[in-house]
Amino acid sequence: MGHQPASETNVQRVLGVSDGSLYPAFHKLEHRGWIRAHWKPSENNRRAKFYSLTGLGRKQLEKETANWNRLSAAISEIVQLKEA
Amino acid sequence: MDIEQWLYSLPLRLRSFFYPNQVDQEMKEELREHLEQQIRENIAKGMSPEEARRSAMRAMGGIAQIEQQCRDARGGSVLRDFLQDLRYGFRQLRRSPGFSALAILCLTLGIGANAAVFSWLEGILFRPYPLVAHQEQLFAVAGTVPGKRIDLLSWPDFHDLRRNCTLCEDSFVSTIAGSTLNIGDHAEVTTGSIVSANYFDALGVHPILGRGFEAGEDVGNDAHPVVVISYQMWRNRFRSDREIIGKTQRLNNVPHTIIGVVPEGFHGTFVGRAIQFWVPVSMQETFGSGGYKLEDRGARWIESYVRLKPGVSRAQAQQQISAIAARLQTSYPATNRGRSIGLWALWQTPFNHAGELLPSFEVMVAVVAFVLLIACANVGNLLLVRSFVRRHEMSVRLAIGASRGRLLKQLLTEGLILSALGTAGGFLMAYWCRQLVTMLLSVGSGKAMYLPGAIDGRVMAMSAGICLVVTLIIGLVPALQTRHLDVAGPLKAESGGVVGVRSRGWIRSGLVIFQVCLSFILLVGAALLLESLHRIRTTSPGFSTTSVAVTGVSLVVSGYDVPRAKTFQNELIDRLSGLPGIESAAFAAVTPLGYAGYPSSPIAVDGYQPSPNEQPEVEYNQVGPRYLATLGIPLLSGREFARSDDEIAPLVAIVNRTMMIRYWRGQDPVGRRLQVKGRWARVVGVVADSKYESIGETPKPFFYVPLRQDFVMEPDLNIRTTQSLQSTLAAVLREVHALDQNLALYETITLQEQVNRAASPQLVAVTLVSTLGGLALLLAAVGLYGVMSYSVAQSTRELGLRMALGADAANLLRLVISRGLRLTAGGILFGAVAALALTRLLGQLLYNVSPHDPVVFGLALAVMTTTAIFACLLPAWRASRTDPARVLRA
Repeated sequence: MGHQPASETNVQRVLGVSDGSLYPAFHKLEHRGWIRAHWKPSENNRRAKFYSLTGLGRKQLEKETANWNRLSAAISEIVQLKEA
Repeated sequence: MDIEQWLYSLPLRLRSFFYPNQVDQEMKEELREHLEQQIRENIAKGMSPEEARRSAMRAMGGIAQIEQQCRDARGGSVLRDFLQDLRYGFRQLRRSPGFSALAILCLTLGIGANAAVFSWLEGILFRPYPLVAHQEQLFAVAGTVPGKRIDLLSWPDFHDLRRNCTLCEDSFVSTIAGSTLNIGDHAEVTTGSIVSANYFDALGVHPILGRGFEAGEDVGNDAHPVVVISYQMWRNRFRSDREIIGKTQRLNNVPHTIIGVVPEGFHGTFVGRAIQFWVPVSMQETFGSGGYKLEDRGARWIESYVRLKPGVSRAQAQQQISAIAARLQTSYPATNRGRSIGLWALWQTPFNHAGELLPSFEVMVAVVAFVLLIACANVGNLLLVRSFVRRHEMSVRLAIGASRGRLLKQLLTEGLILSALGTAGGFLMAYWCRQLVTMLLSVGSGKAMYLPGAIDGRVMAMSAGICLVVTLIIGLVPALQTRHLDVAGPLKAESGGVVGVRSRGWIRSGLVIFQVCLSFILLVGAALLLESLHRIRTTSPGFSTTSVAVTGVSLVVSGYDVPRAKTFQNELIDRLSGLPGIESAAFAAVTPLGYAGYPSSPIAVDGYQPSPNEQPEVEYNQVGPRYLATLGIPLLSGREFARSDDEIAPLVAIVNRTMMIRYWRGQDPVGRRLQVKGRWARVVGVVADSKYESIGETPKPFFYVPLRQDFVMEPDLNIRTTQSLQSTLAAVLREVHALDQNLALYETITLQEQVNRAASPQLVAVTLVSTLGGLALLLAAVGLYGVMSYSVAQSTRELGLRMALGADAANLLRLVISRGLRLTAGGILFGAVAALALTRLLGQLLYNVSPHDPVVFGLALAVMTTTAIFACLLPAWRASRTDPARVLRA
C-alpha cells in the first residue's frame, strides 16, 4: 500500500472522518507491526513518509477480510431473508 | 501481542522512549507534508492559495489533538507520561510551597502516626523477639484454673508436657528473675532469665562467643552455676573482652562461670525487658524465693513457650496439650485437680507486659486510622481549593488535546508525590518514635522497660499500602472537580458567590463535617481516658497511700542467713518505732499493686464443701506485726498479728471480708480453722477488702499469715509516717546503717507512687490518645479555617453588597461564624452519635467512668466549639473588613 497522501476518499465521506485522524491509525498499525514506514523523497523532493504492509500485516488483513466477508455475508443473508 | 509483533514494535517503542523529541519532530513533519500536499492539490484544482490552505486545514481536523492522538498511539508512552507527570507535579509543588508544605505535613502526621503504631505492634506484640526465626510458630504456655484465669506451670508439669507434646517441635522455659550483680565492691540490680537447657537451640540463637547450655545443665539443685550474658553486658561491663569465657561473675552472691555471649540485638524473651543474663533452671533456688522447686509439682513458677511443628495450628496443639493436662489431673489429683494448660499467641502472652498494653494498642489502631482520615480530608480540601485555581490550566490542557484519562493520571501522580513524601516523612516520624512506648512506660512504672518499635518489611508494606490508598483518596477528590470542566469553561467570567451556597461547596463542607465528626470522637475518647486515669489515681485502693513509704533492705546480697535476718528485722522495727514522725513500721512479703505476684495456697475450711472440680485456692501475703495498722487497712473483727505470733506459736491467719462471705457464708470466722498448705491455722481476725494486684480488679478472697510463720528473706518494709519521703528515707537509712554499715536500701517510694505506677498502661493510652486527639483537633481546625477563608474569599461581592445595603462589620462577623458553627454542629452531631456507639470499645481501659459520661461529652463539645470559633475568627474578621466600594466596582 504505497500511501498516497489521501484526498477525500469514499470512506472518509461516508464515515465523516477527518484527514488527520488517519495518522493516529497509521501509528497504531505501525506499532502493532502490521505496516512499516519508510522515509523517501516525495514528488517535489521533500522527505515524505511511505507506509507499506508487512508480512504480519498481510496475514492480519487476510484474516480480518475473511472475517468481514463472513460477517457481511451473514448479515446480507439476514437482510435478504427479511425482504423475502 | 505475540513475539513477532514485539520484534516490530520494540525498536519503535525504544526509539520513542529514548528520542522522544526526534520522533515527535518526524510526526509533525509528516503531518505538515500531508497538509502541504493537500494545499498543492487544492491549488491545482484552481483554488486561491488562501482558500486552498483553509480548505486543507478544515479537512485535516485539530492539529494539536491529532498530534496528541499519535503520541498516545505510540507505545512506551506510559512510563514517559508518568515521568513527565512527575516532573510537572514537582514543578507544581515548588510553585506553591505553602500549600505543598501544609499538605505534606498533614500526610506526614497522618501516615507517621500509623507507621509508628504499626512498628510498635510489630516490635512489641507480633515479632517481639529479634533474631528469633519463625516467631509465628511460637506460643506461650501457662496453666489455667477455673475462676482465676492464669497460673504458671510447675517444673514437673512442664517436663511431662515437653515429653508428651508430639505436635511441638520443642518447648522451653524462660522465667524472668531479678538479680544483684556484684561488680567490684558494689552491687547492681539487673534482670535475667531462668531457662531450660534447650533455650538457645529452640530459639535458633547461637552465642557469638562460647556456647549455650548443654543438656543436663538444668538438672540438680544449684548444681550448674553457669551463665550466658547479653551482648550489651559483655560490651559495657566487660569491655568486649574476647577472653571472657571461663571467667566468673557473682550473681546473687553466687559465683557463676561465664560460658557464652549472645549476639547483638538478642534481648531474650520477656516483652518489656531487655534481659541481661541467662542461667539454667537448676539455679532456680539462687534466683527465686521459696526454696527448691524443681521436684515440687505444686510449686508453679515456670513461664514457658512451645514451638509448634510447621503446619500445626494452635487449635490442634491446644487439643493435644489439654489431653496431656487431663492426664496430669488424674495422675496427680492432689496438685493438679481442676487445672488445665493453655496456649497463647505471643501477643497475648499472659505473663509479660504484652497483655497489659494490648487494650491500649487496640484503641491506638482505631485512633490513628481516624487521624489518617482527618489528614486525608484536609489534604483533599486543600487540593480542591487548588483545583478551582487550576481550572484554567485544566481547561487549556483539555483544549490542546489531553484526554480526561490523561488529566486524571496527572492528578493521581500529583497525589502520589504528596503521599509518597508524606510516607517518607512518616517513616522518619515512626523511626523517631520507636522508643516512645519504652519511655512512657519506664517513666510511668519506675522501671527500665524495653518496648521498641520495629520498622521491618511488613511495617513498610503496610505503610506503602496506606500511601496508595491515600493517593487514590486525595487524587480523586479534585478529579471529581474536573468532571465538570469543559473547554469553554475558563472563558466564563468568575461569578459572584454567596457564602456557603457555591456549587460543589458540598464536597468541601462534607469533608469538614467529616473531620469535625472524627475529631469529636477522638476528643471524647481522650477525655474518657483522662477521667479514668484521674479516678484510678484518686480512688482509695482500701489502704492509705500518701502517708506510707515502701522500701527494702538488701539482706540476701549481704550474706545474711535466716536467723540473722530475723534478728535484724526485729531490731530495725524496734528502732524505727521509737523515731519521731514514724507512727508504725512493718515488713510484708509483697507490696500491693506491684509486679511481684502473691503466693497462693490450696485451702480447706471446716463446713465448706467444694464442688467436685473445684480446688479452692486463695492468694495470701506474709506480713509482720502492725502491718494492717501501718497500711491503714480497717480491722472488722478480731485482732492483728503480734510479735508473739512466731515460729513456735500456733499458726494463725487473718482473712478478708470477701473470703469470710465466700467460705463462712458471712459468719464471723474468728476462732474457726483454715487449712493453709496442708496445715491448720486459727483465724484471728477479719479485715476489709482492698486492692491487691490492680486497681481495676473486683473484690476477691485474700488472707494474711504472720511473716514469722512463713518466712521470706527480703520482705518489703512499710512505714507509716507524718514526715516527707526524703526525711523518712534518711531516718531509715541511718537506723539501718546503725545496725550494719554494709547494708543498702532498695528504691523508696510512697504507696501513692505505687498506685500511679499500676496505672502506667492507662498513662500510655492517655498520653498517646490525647496527643493524637489534639493533633486531630488541630487538623480539623485547619480544615474549617481553610473552608471558611475560601468561601469568604469567593464571596467578597456578596459581602460587599450586604455592606452596601447596610450590614455592619458585626453582622458579617456573625454571618461567617454562624456558618462555620453550622458545619461544626453537623460534625458534632454525627460525632456524638458515633462516639456513643464506639466508646464502649475502650472497655477495660476505662475505670469507674461510664462510656457515655455526660460531663465528658459536654467537655468535648465545649472544646470542639471553642476551637471552631477560633478557626472561624480570622476569616470572619477578613469578611468584616470588606470594602464595599472596591469589591462592587471590580
